[in-house]
Amino acid sequence: MDVTIPILILAIPLFMFVFLGLLGMKMTHKLAGILGTAGMGTVMVLAYTTAFTYFFSGAPEFINAAGERLQYVVFDQTWLAFTQNLVIKLGFLLDPISAMMLVVITTISFMVHLYSLGYMRDHHGVYEHGFQRFYAFLSLFSFSMLGLVVATNIFQMYIFWELVGASSYLLIGFYYTKPSAVSASKKAFIVTRFADLGFLIGILVLSYYGGTFNFTDLTSVPADGIANVYQVSEGTAASIRDLIASNPAPTFLGGSVLTWALVLIFMGGMGKSAMMPLHIWLPDAMEGPTPVSALIHAATMVVAGVYLVARLFPLYLMEETALVIITVVGALTAFYAAMVACTQIDIKRVLAFSTISQIAFMMVSLGVARPEIHHGLGYMASMFHLFTHAMFKALLFLGAGALIHAIGSNDYTAMHGLRKHMPITHITFLIGCLAIAGIIPFSGFFSKDEILSSCMGYDWVAYLWMSMVAGLTAFYMFRLYFLIFWWKEHKVPEGHHAPHDQPWTMSLPLIILAVVSCVSGFIPFGKLVSWNGHPYDFMAHFDWGVAAVSLVVALAGIGLAAKMYMHENTLPEKFRNAVPALWDWCHHRFYWDELYMFITHKIIFNSICRPLAWFDRHIIDGTMDSFATVTNKASDAIKPLQSGQIQMYVWWYLIGALALGAVTVICLI
Amino acid sequence: MDYSQFLAMKQEIGLLVVFLLVFLYDTFMPKSTQKGLPAFTAILTLALALCGFCSYCLGTESTTVAFAGMYETSPIIAAIKNILNIGVVIVLIQSIKWANSDAMSMRRGEFYELLLVTLFGMYLMISARHFLLFIIGLEGASLPLAAMVALDKNRYESHEAAVKYILTAVFSSAIFMMGLSFVYGLTGSLYFENIYFALTGELNTMLIVAVAFVIAGIGFKLSLVPFHLWTADVYQGAPTSVTSYLSVISKGAAAFAFLVVLAQVFGALYSDVWEWMLYALIILTITVGNLFAIRQRNMKRFLAFSSISQAGYIMLGVIAFNTMGVAALMYYILVYIFSNLAAFGVIGAIENASGRVSMDDYRGLNRTNPRLAFAMMLAMFSLAGIPPFAGFFSKFFIFTSAINQGSVAIYVLVLIALINTIVSLYYYLLVVKAMYIADDECPVANFKSSCSERLGLWITVGGIILLGIASCCYSSLLDLSDISTMQMYFIN
Repeated sequence: MDVTIPILILAIPLFMFVFLGLLGMKMTHKLAGILGTAGMGTVMVLAYTTAFTYFFSGAPEFINAAGERLQYVVFDQTWLAFTQNLVIKLGFLLDPISAMMLVVITTISFMVHLYSLGYMRDHHGVYEHGFQRFYAFLSLFSFSMLGLVVATNIFQMYIFWELVGASSYLLIGFYYTKPSAVSASKKAFIVTRFADLGFLIGILVLSYYGGTFNFTDLTSVPADGIANVYQVSEGTAASIRDLIASNPAPTFLGGSVLTWALVLIFMGGMGKSAMMPLHIWLPDAMEGPTPVSALIHAATMVVAGVYLVARLFPLYLMEETALVIITVVGALTAFYAAMVACTQIDIKRVLAFSTISQIAFMMVSLGVARPEIHHGLGYMASMFHLFTHAMFKALLFLGAGALIHAIGSNDYTAMHGLRKHMPITHITFLIGCLAIAGIIPFSGFFSKDEILSSCMGYDWVAYLWMSMVAGLTAFYMFRLYFLIFWWKEHKVPEGHHAPHDQPWTMSLPLIILAVVSCVSGFIPFGKLVSWNGHPYDFMAHFDWGVAAVSLVVALAGIGLAAKMYMHENTLPEKFRNAVPALWDWCHHRFYWDELYMFITHKIIFNSICRPLAWFDRHIIDGTMDSFATVTNKASDAIKPLQSGQIQMYVWWYLIGALALGAVTVICLI
Repeated sequence: MDYSQFLAMKQEIGLLVVFLLVFLYDTFMPKSTQKGLPAFTAILTLALALCGFCSYCLGTESTTVAFAGMYETSPIIAAIKNILNIGVVIVLIQSIKWANSDAMSMRRGEFYELLLVTLFGMYLMISARHFLLFIIGLEGASLPLAAMVALDKNRYESHEAAVKYILTAVFSSAIFMMGLSFVYGLTGSLYFENIYFALTGELNTMLIVAVAFVIAGIGFKLSLVPFHLWTADVYQGAPTSVTSYLSVISKGAAAFAFLVVLAQVFGALYSDVWEWMLYALIILTITVGNLFAIRQRNMKRFLAFSSISQAGYIMLGVIAFNTMGVAALMYYILVYIFSNLAAFGVIGAIENASGRVSMDDYRGLNRTNPRLAFAMMLAMFSLAGIPPFAGFFSKFFIFTSAINQGSVAIYVLVLIALINTIVSLYYYLLVVKAMYIADDECPVANFKSSCSERLGLWITVGGIILLGIASCCYSSLLDLSDISTMQMYFIN
């Protein structure tokens, strides 16, 4: 495969970032926006071409005679060489999940670029301050995210991992005059950085004992006959495990080295994917512009943790403990986030918690995936859900953006009964809700059903637990839907226009994503993506019982939501009064933020930070100051050496040469 | 005689052709067209550099020994010549404005002719495998430089600098040749290879003194402490274009030649003798260079001391004594060319426009000439080794190459070098502080620099930014040094 297109996929967004960042202020808002969108559109076409070539061209580097999909390293350039063996490379790895992610990222990114042309301006068509900067940052994010998914080694992934974190920080804090946005961006950065500390330690442990950074060396074997082509292999992962186990390294707190490495790497994933207890940044991240929430905090960046685990999945298979941890963390997070989502008032917060819950579904699905359970259905289901969720969640966020844009508030209390005023938004939002609730034939039904089948194969407790969360999902999504579009007639405040649908740049992405959400369930995903590249016939493992149960549960959730919220009534009030403590805890997100505040402010600041600050001010600064003083004194002392007299120069020369010889002679002979 | 041997010298011959064309232009073209001479020279040299680069990229360079073993060329030698060519082209572009000034009207040709002759000398120095040829190269690269330093006839400092330079240069040549005569007396040959194989026996006083004198002789060109004392006066006195040539090209060529001599002639004595000599010299060079740089107010003097300490870092690639060291040394020179020439480009532009060269004159430069200030800032960042600019990577690679040598003493050396980078950060940032933070009532007035100056700055700034990212330069150099003839000397 030619390297031009892969290089362009990365180079165009990077170029757009530099170009718009440096010259954006010199051009009109409109031109900057159109250039950014056109650039992303080009990247989308290129990514589609690449993914299409990968999946359907049938070239020997992509698929072998047995129909198994292979990993193809398009290029792998040495970047930093520490020693002859230890090098950090930057490259482009094409395999089923990276090709899928290319499609997801470029599609959503392009939709968001297009949508923002309409969204980032007020009702009079005046562009927001910093519009060009916004597009520059969007390009930076797209570049970083694309670089992350195509990484050939874990260190490259880490570099881009931090880059997406940085661009997320910049975009959450886009409205930097708003204090809440600034503190939200800071919070997101610090929490994810804290998680990344674990990730980095995990990388170092894994690469130190495993001897390599490369994914292909960790999880795959070279395919026969073709250069740069690899095949996922359990054998390699097992040999890495044995290599690490053969090391005389002690176990730490009862865990083996590999367990620790994998759990620490998963900790990085927990931070990015907002798993409990590192989820606290994501709801606050909604302070960013809504298109950003759709792109970064719903569809792409937050699934990086899932992607990371999927990337190293053969290694995780070697460590049952790590997978159990993933499952438990995922299951708890899914339930917790769904409960909280039932009580939020801000529609973006509801969507944020729903995102956390859905990502937890993917995590659970990876955690329960085993080759012996339906041939690794969980892995495929997780990736499938990642794909469908990206589409319908972006749709929901963009729809929420349209509502916020029209109403000027984030709370559903200001909305109510909008279905007649904003028909396009209404229909597309409804499709999104049906998809996430898992109603046949929308896409969420298929992916969620596969996750539940996989849980069923693993353990019936997991199955029941996740089915309950699925029911909750349907309930809180339709609670949101009915409260926005039904409940009571919309009252237009005095002196305001009635809310109406948005310009085409905003409607078009909604419609496209809605169509995708309707049909993407029918993609034969197992044929394209599976954990070992082996084509997978989903229908052979389809469990009608699970499907029927999940459908019933979802319908029950929707029915309950309709009963409570379709028309104005006192049922919600009664329910709240019946269980006040539960409602309070859910509404306040189980007081996680307060707990964090207590730990950081009261305990860490006093017991660790104050002594450190003293140490820094007196010991470190003191050392540096005396270092500077000594340097200055020394500089003063040797000043006469440079006398300007040529006789002295020659003398010093001669003395130097003779001393060099003399000292060596004395030492050696 | 086998005339095909001359083919091996194609880079030197190309340079001679350029020299002759420039000479003819200078002598026979009418006076009205003389102002085209600088551009003419720059274009010819660029063409030469491109030819060399193409021939290198096409892989036509092979290891060839010619003229009874006196001359050698190989891919890695072609590569270092190409690197120097890049620097020369930039120097030539940057000098156009100055060379076309009125004061230079009678001496324009001389500058270019002398410059090309010294470059020829450096080529010979790099390719020589016999000390006779080496000395011809060394002297060819030294003596004309004295004339170049004196080109600014109307300035007193220029004469003083030239006199200081020529006297110390002659003295150092004398010491160098005395060392060589010892070597000849001990081994009976001046061929690098013969000396190498003859030097496997017992150590004696004469041999050690000879090595010390050879190191002193080349150390003079590199301005290693304590053979550096001429540097500051000469850099300050010489015209800025000459200073930049002296600090970058001359130093780069000498560094590579130094590596060749130490590895291919005295390689067997590495761990016994010259590792420790160089060890002491590196510590002295980096530290003393830094300590003097702290107190300089004149920008050219400041860069003189900065270049002294940079030479110390370059020597880390020599003391590493492995293939990574060779690659890191060449990469360092490449990056150093861009960073230092960017700094000199800004200094030259400001000097041409306002005649001011003191660091105090740079106060508030950001307000009047933001682009120049930006270029200068990048140059300072790169020289100080701040990521992501090229200087960070070159320092990183040269440190890793030294650490790969593996002995504890070298770890200590790298640690000392690291501490010194902190000191160097201080004085490089002084310039940035002057330009961006300090206020002044009368900063250098806003002016429009000439096309040639701007072109030179664009190239150098581009290099500073891109070289850091494009690591393929370094990895290709690493591949080259793996197959270089020097490799065999590293093995024992």
